[in-house]
Amino acid sequence: MGIFPYLVLSALLFIVGTVGVILKKNVIAIFLCIELMLNGANLSFVAFSRYLGQVHGQVFVFFVMVVAAAEAAVGLAITITLYRNRKTLSVDDADIMKW
Amino acid sequence: MESALFYLFGTISLIAAISVVAQRRVFYSALSLIICLCALSALYLLLKAPFIAAVQVIVYAGAIMVLFLFVIMMLDPFAAARLTDKKKWLGSLSVVLGTTMLTLILPFLSSYPRNLMAAQAGVVGTERIGRAIFDEYVLPFEATSILILVGIIGAVILGKRRA
Repeated sequence: MGIFPYLVLSALLFIVGTVGVILKKNVIAIFLCIELMLNGANLSFVAFSRYLGQVHGQVFVFFVMVVAAAEAAVGLAITITLYRNRKTLSVDDADIMKW
Repeated sequence: MESALFYLFGTISLIAAISVVAQRRVFYSALSLIICLCALSALYLLLKAPFIAAVQVIVYAGAIMVLFLFVIMMLDPFAAARLTDKKKWLGSLSVVLGTTMLTLILPFLSSYPRNLMAAQAGVVGTERIGRAIFDEYVLPFEATSILILVGIIGAVILGKRRA
């Protein structure tokens, strides 16, 4: 089978993640949707690695996972600090940096 | 056989992904994301990338998602449903947004040769990935170790209670 179905699935996962980031209100839910977007990108990296016969795509997926781990650690620490100081998890209650 | 497995695990991962967005409670969103990650790891096996599939299950579905679940359980897991407002138009708005983005992306996807066949290289084993990381990509690899260190320090400092 060709590469096209893999690319479509990866695009669909990315789009679902993007819609979640735009529509969700809970900070942790937005984080989960960002992880979804990263995984959509990872899938097309691995698919291209397979179909071009190169190893570089998989090395990039490895790096994306490292960045996702660091991002999750720092982001969840920020979430805990936010909850401790404001007693909220809603992004609408933490928009002081927005304006 | 390959396409049957692709459609099976692709459907599972897509349904789980939609469930991540659709769930009211963030705890169930996290559980759906774990299902999605495991289905994706099966797809990686299908793409003959066993190392990435194993790392996906061990690091992503194991370590990172457990971190998420820890924080969710710590912060009042089932009260978070209060955050979601029950506006009816949110569901249809998400569908409209999704189809718009898909129509924007699809022309780019179609620009790749549709019946590009898999390269004959066979399984990209752990050995080849290890050689690539420690030979060609050794500088980015060391940079990621600094990134992880900075992440740990940042998490500790942010999580520390002010005296």
